[in-house]
Amino acid sequence: MDVQRKFGDPILEVNDISLSFGGVTALENVSFDVLEGEVRAIIGPNGAGKSSMLNVINGFYHPQQGMITYKGETRKQMRPHHAASRGIARTFQNIALFKGMSTLDNIMTGRNTKMKKNLFWQALHVGPAKQEELEHREYVEHVIDFLEIQAIRKTPVGRLPYGMQKRVELGRALAAEPELLLLDEPMAGMNLEEKEDMCRFVLDVNDQFGTTIALIEHDMGVVMDISDRVVVLDYGKKIADGTPDEVRSNQDVIEAYLGVVQDDELAASQNN
Amino acid sequence: MFYREAGQFKDNYASDQALFPIAQDRWFVMIVMGIAFVIVPFYIDDYWTNAIMLPFLIYALAAIGLNLLTGYCGQVSLGTGGFMAVGAFSTFKLTTAFPELNFIIVVLLSGAITASVGVVFGIPSLRIKGFYLAVATLAAQFFLVWMFNKFGWFLNYNPTGQIHMPPREIFGVLITGPRAAPEVKYLFVLIFVSLCALAAKNIVRGRVGRSWMAIRDMDIAAELIGIRPLEAKLTAFAVSSFYVGMAGSLYFGIWLGAAEPIEAFGIEQSFLVLFMIIIGGLGSILGSFLGAAFITLMPILMKNFMVDGLGLAVVTAKHIEITMLGVLILFFLIVEPHGFARLWQIAKEKLRLWPFPH
Ligand SMILES: Nc1ncnc2c1ncn2[C@@H]1O[C@H](COP(=O)(O)OP(=O)(O)O)[C@@H](O)[C@H]1O
Ligand SMILES: [Mg+2]
Repeated sequence: MDVQRKFGDPILEVNDISLSFGGVTALENVSFDVLEGEVRAIIGPNGAGKSSMLNVINGFYHPQQGMITYKGETRKQMRPHHAASRGIARTFQNIALFKGMSTLDNIMTGRNTKMKKNLFWQALHVGPAKQEELEHREYVEHVIDFLEIQAIRKTPVGRLPYGMQKRVELGRALAAEPELLLLDEPMAGMNLEEKEDMCRFVLDVNDQFGTTIALIEHDMGVVMDISDRVVVLDYGKKIADGTPDEVRSNQDVIEAYLGVVQDDELAASQNN
Repeated sequence: MFYREAGQFKDNYASDQALFPIAQDRWFVMIVMGIAFVIVPFYIDDYWTNAIMLPFLIYALAAIGLNLLTGYCGQVSLGTGGFMAVGAFSTFKLTTAFPELNFIIVVLLSGAITASVGVVFGIPSLRIKGFYLAVATLAAQFFLVWMFNKFGWFLNYNPTGQIHMPPREIFGVLITGPRAAPEVKYLFVLIFVSLCALAAKNIVRGRVGRSWMAIRDMDIAAELIGIRPLEAKLTAFAVSSFYVGMAGSLYFGIWLGAAEPIEAFGIEQSFLVLFMIIIGGLGSILGSFLGAAFITLMPILMKNFMVDGLGLAVVTAKHIEITMLGVLILFFLIVEPHGFARLWQIAKEKLRLWPFPH
């Protein structure tokens, strides 16, 4: 498949990124790009530096070395607020919802950077502030419909089962109308049915809204099914980069996986 | 299940976002407000005004202020007494320097001055949390009270060490001082507190309120979705102190009429207001009223019951009262952090299912 023809220019390029915490090296000279409109998977054994990579992309971690080019703008490091207001949204490996708030309010926070009316107008809650709140509510309701979570709209998220929380978290990210969506293990800990739903949502987001997606996932079956290209990290280094087929047959990848997690599925897919 | 939710759904988002989307709630609030505005003023006397309604309403305003900061934004503060002092002294200095200035403006300006002081003392919250922040605000409490006591300028060099509220009129009606009519004081404070409560409710259900709660529930995630912690925390300190400052202004200007910094604005005030929001409900405007009502009314009811009814000594009654308060606070902290407001909500949910619980 000719990747370049299906997708646009790179929306994101990370160049020679190195990141360490004290003596621990999390990332070492990692470079890759994400093309507009693609689903890009980042895989690798536990502790390989995948989450750290996403944290670098949206400015939570600041790498010691390297450059990040996002939408044509090159920086040494991103800032969380800057990243969010420039169209990068994400979900977290360990659910990071606002536990005391309802599903609706959680998703509304995703629109925070788009709301501009000041405190004074909000206190009065008339005219422009009310109008603004309604407009954003309407968008959020589209997200709620899309994710089929109408029934839990008013439920405090702390009371929702795990799978639903993951879905609400995706909703909060989608509410920001992201251009680049970062998903950190969106299907981890889910049962088969929940995984299928989540896969469908990810593909639909990519399809219907044209959102570029970079996701970390452990389930090899899922990765091979839904991603266009895959980056493989191991001990903080990039060991492979290419289409699912290319990566699957890469010797280093097989060793990294068989050596560390004994991933049956990868082995199985080798046999096909 | 799905259809029940669907049945509750309003036909447009505007009505779903109304202040009280449920009709029964709307009626309840309107009846309470009707009684408070139309009936109470006809019957209220000096005792009811000064011993019950003014403290209740003014503490409710302070409790809303603290609740915005602590209950909604998750930033603990033990500086409430000190910030009330800032409001009170601002009122005193403004009204003695500019006697012609309308008292409503004086209260609002006192709130604004307190807001800016609150922001300054809120800066440490950008670095420290929880216990350490509590200690920092405690330092603010002691510093502010010390300052007002220390520098004669704040007291207009009054040798008694007190500040006195001069009589002031608004629109030709005497509003402060001992000669002001009780129903006038009551109505003025009632209108003020109602409007402030409405504004607070509006703020917490909009963007700013959501960003406060996001910071409270998980500050790192909030930052990563684009909420600025600096902006959220400092607006919380500002708005909270604005409310507490106005409460201090009314506390001194309308209720007490005279105040001495250490006695009127000591650390006990900070704890009293904190207890109100713990008992009433953290993160609830209604809870702020319930907590204030409980803490201002309980001593009176207890005294009537134990001293006048059972014939106990006043001191014994006081001890029992304080013990009970302590037990209640422990109960709410451990069992029901959302206080009376949550109990009220549970009662309503039960009522909604009644008589067919499933
Ligand atoms: N905040 C942090 N402080 C210290 N070490 C960290 C931090 N975040 C990640 N690391 C370390 O970086 C390495 C990569 O972690 P991570 O990016 O979470 O891996 P993955 O998501 O691939 O499982 C691990 O060794 C981890 O311990
Ligand atoms: Mg991870």
